[in-house]
Amino acid sequence: MKIDVHPNTSLVVRDLQGWYAESKVIHGMNFEVHEGEILTLLGRNGAGKTSTLRAIMGIMRKRTGSINFRSEELINKRIYEIARKGIAYCPEERAIFASLDVRENLTLPPVLQSGGMTDAELFQAFPNLQRRASSRGTRLSGGEQQMLAIARILRTGSRFLLLDEPSEGLAPVIVKEIGELLKKLKQRGYTIILVEQNWRFARSVADRHVVVEHGQVVDTFTADVSNTDVSRVERYLGV
Amino acid sequence: MFDMISPQLLFGQLLIGLINGSFYAMLSMGLAIIFGLMNVVNFAHGVQYMLGAFCAWLLLNYLGVPYWGALIIAPLAVGAFGMLMERLVLRPLQHLDHLYALLATYAIALIVEGLVRQEYGSTGLPYAAPISGGMNLGFMFLPYYRLWVVVFSIVTCAGTWLLIEYSKLGAYLRAANENPNIVESFGINVPRMITLTYGLGVGLAALSGVLAAPIYQVSPSMGSGLMITVFAVVVIGGIGSISGAIVTGYILGLAEAITKVFYPEAATTVAFVVMIVVLLLKPNGIFSSEKA
Repeated sequence: MKIDVHPNTSLVVRDLQGWYAESKVIHGMNFEVHEGEILTLLGRNGAGKTSTLRAIMGIMRKRTGSINFRSEELINKRIYEIARKGIAYCPEERAIFASLDVRENLTLPPVLQSGGMTDAELFQAFPNLQRRASSRGTRLSGGEQQMLAIARILRTGSRFLLLDEPSEGLAPVIVKEIGELLKKLKQRGYTIILVEQNWRFARSVADRHVVVEHGQVVDTFTADVSNTDVSRVERYLGV
Repeated sequence: MFDMISPQLLFGQLLIGLINGSFYAMLSMGLAIIFGLMNVVNFAHGVQYMLGAFCAWLLLNYLGVPYWGALIIAPLAVGAFGMLMERLVLRPLQHLDHLYALLATYAIALIVEGLVRQEYGSTGLPYAAPISGGMNLGFMFLPYYRLWVVVFSIVTCAGTWLLIEYSKLGAYLRAANENPNIVESFGINVPRMITLTYGLGVGLAALSGVLAAPIYQVSPSMGSGLMITVFAVVVIGGIGSISGAIVTGYILGLAEAITKVFYPEAATTVAFVVMIVVLLLKPNGIFSSEKA
């Protein structure tokens, strides 16, 4: 297979297959992510978008193929080893710890690389979190929990983020805030894979879109999609 | 019946209850720590406690290492044995149903207990108390060693609880109890954390064993007898709840003692009666965490 290498490619996924126990959910994914871009994985429920993020992070244990990150193969690496390469993951369910208060949740991830945001910077960027620092993590509103889930991974210094549906279930004004945050991160040079079902949100932030169906990539678009492209995407998403 | 009870009998029994409660608390705390992180009910806990006591006995009789040295060496040695057990037996089973790991710990318990019995026989071996004497409180005689056991266990339990509730290490442990994958995705070596945590739980069991050696006799079955009650403590306190295990441990020890005074026939049953009542009224245990 020809491996196309864009000059700034940071992650290359080739022939990725993945299983949950005995059931196969990823059937040969191929895509790459360029340094500094926001790439969305679009697709319907159950298409394999979340599974792809979990496979990259190593949380999906049974996987084959190749996940090449900055010239290093990740396919046989464990979760913590992958994290230490500079990839951070924010799951759809946000995974805020109920037995930890907000400050403990925020400061739990250790600093892995220099260049991460300091606690002071994070509190400045997310003032709500500072106000509620001693509340239990799960007492926060949905939007605040999402902010906390993103904020805590910015602490590690990892600059390659896997974000799973950060807009899900949130009020439009919060979704807009998260969009602004993502654009700011992009300006700072972060690379982001964003799993989304909210096409309008995805379109407002991303550089490129990869459409996933039945655990495979079926189409790729750049951000300057034409009107015919839009109707194609909408057909894929069934909107 | 109350007029027959002398203060000596009542306080004497309460002291025994407090001593038993100290062991219940320390052992069930270790079980709760292990269960919280690994979801494995450690059926080898009683044997690891027994190994602690045997280790102290062997150190004294073969190497001349006194009690105070054993108090440090035995938990480290048995804890190391626990970590080896985690790496070789429990880790390969961790992605299967947790029942397999439970059965594996039970099998190891039977094997180790059998080997120790083969080598040293079933009769209890004496271990002299390192602190002799005691004080007369007027209504009862309090041996200093028993006072030491109660104080030491309270300090150990409180210290462990504070460590888990308020330290960074404890925050990792609490978070990994809830979602180990996410904690690992922050770059934390969770597999190593599991090994060390299991070692800590096992070491606590061995520490209890050393404390117990001068009080109960050192014998291969000293752990299995105790563990039945300890499992009841864990269920009553709420499986995986550390503070629940500690508080319930002491309360059950005292409850047994009081029952012994007023209705001796029920003394060994009271823990299980309480367990049934708690299971009926609050199936997750009295101190169950938000996780449960």
